[in-house]
Amino acid sequence: MPAIVATDLSFTYAGADKASMESVNLSIEKGEFVVLTGPSGCGKTTFCRCLNGLIPNFYAGDLQGKLKVDDVDIKGKSTAELATHVGFVFQNPENQLFSLSVERDVAFGLENVGTPRKEALKRVEWAMEATGILNLRNKAPYELSGGQQQRAAIAGVLAMRPSIIVLDEPTSFLDPKSAEEIVAVIATLNQELKLTTLLVEHRLDVVSKYANRVIVMDRGQIALDGPPSEIYGDNARLIGIGLPKVTMLFHLLRRDGFPVGKNPTTVDQATEELRRLLNE
Amino acid sequence: MISVENMSFNYPNGPDVLHGLNLRINDGEFAAIMGENGAGKTTLVKMFNGLLKPVQGRVLVDGEETSQRSVAQLSRKVGLIFQNPDHQLFAETVEGELAFSLRNFGFNEDVIHRRVTNLLTALDLERYATSSPFVLSGGERKRVALAAILVWDPKHVIMDEPTIGQDYLQKDRLRHFIMQLVSQEKTVVIVTHDVEFVAECKPRVILLSKGKVIADGRAVDILTNRDLIEQSSLAMPQIASLMNNLSDLQAPPGIIDTYSAREFLRERLRRGVIMRSPPGG
Repeated sequence: MPAIVATDLSFTYAGADKASMESVNLSIEKGEFVVLTGPSGCGKTTFCRCLNGLIPNFYAGDLQGKLKVDDVDIKGKSTAELATHVGFVFQNPENQLFSLSVERDVAFGLENVGTPRKEALKRVEWAMEATGILNLRNKAPYELSGGQQQRAAIAGVLAMRPSIIVLDEPTSFLDPKSAEEIVAVIATLNQELKLTTLLVEHRLDVVSKYANRVIVMDRGQIALDGPPSEIYGDNARLIGIGLPKVTMLFHLLRRDGFPVGKNPTTVDQATEELRRLLNE
Repeated sequence: MISVENMSFNYPNGPDVLHGLNLRINDGEFAAIMGENGAGKTTLVKMFNGLLKPVQGRVLVDGEETSQRSVAQLSRKVGLIFQNPDHQLFAETVEGELAFSLRNFGFNEDVIHRRVTNLLTALDLERYATSSPFVLSGGERKRVALAAILVWDPKHVIMDEPTIGQDYLQKDRLRHFIMQLVSQEKTVVIVTHDVEFVAECKPRVILLSKGKVIADGRAVDILTNRDLIEQSSLAMPQIASLMNNLSDLQAPPGIIDTYSAREFLRERLRRGVIMRSPPGG
């Protein structure tokens, strides 16, 4: 059964003269790891806001079409109801953490929905273990590094046991090493928990290693959808998404007339293909 | 010129965030301040327009000590664009946002109109002139914040994480724009984690770690140095890693960007083709 199904989904913000998202049709299966990307202003954040009901509950505007999350139609559902299906992680963990200890922060969502204490403790423990922050439980969020803060934010979302997790550029504020770690944590959670994962990212160099499906939005619509090696072609470059530098290098070499094979998405793939070409 | 002399900073009752820094950034120079989360990068650039003042030592902008000047005075010379545009934007329209400071500085409406129009075009924002900044996407708001500072033409331009949320075309545009500012003898300082952007632009890199400068030099030297990369939680740019994997090809050192790699590989691949053809053939 699909986790997310959008049918002719369109949205125009109140006061805007054109739609931010137009006739989006898409289906994401349970347990899939999908990267959603596209130029700034392409509609990816708007799409994500529909998934947890921020649209239309918080952002006013005109919503058309249909969106089902876990087979539940979002229409008429409150953000709180949808939050039990879809967990959200934002760009800047500082906006998401505020308690005096990591443990309290991870527990916050559960306390809010009135989860019984015993069950809550169990889930908090589990979520901290899954994100590798058990040793940080008594630390204050401001004592943590950026990467640790983002792990704590993910743990808080996991504790709610959503079946879908949406991460909106979760690595933007992180140094490259922490960014790599966070993406690895997300990939592991997806594998081990079969958690449907929608990762919004510009930094395709960091996520391409893990993604088996990349969706590119452009001007409010879905422009490309497929495995990275298939969609990292000329069209993707023309839309303006930031292809990994090794992929760009292959575009240039192909333009120079060399018989390069399919587009590499990682440094290792590029190394292998260049060795093949040089030895031929 | 911005100079930092034996400068230390800590928040009240806190440990040193910056410790014994010495730096000089010349007019017309393009520098990137890099380093791990919490290294002190943002704290350092907040010194440049006087938002923070040194606890020890001095920071001088064009020879004037920042501790003797107000933020308002320094801001005419030093434009600081924050990481989060929402800390900066407030007007009802994008146009209004850009015109605000100019009206405050007492420019006449003709000049204001001209400058606002130029900047909106340069940063690909003209279609949003009359939109509210708050209906724009994160990446677009970031460009509005940049335009709102550049519009008063500060001599030193400081950008905190300018590439966050920007797609490839916008980053390319930003790169050209920075080069244009540098060619006008402006100082451009960016704080960034974006190793790929730095690999393409190749500015001077000032590497901070735990409040100290641990390296200061050319991007090609710093972004290929494994120890420094490890110490400051950076990553090697993809092209540098690729060339590293292919080290047996004996490429000249310092290939960290796509275009240099293409030049080198093109030549190497062509030679491979020629070497295979029979002599005299």
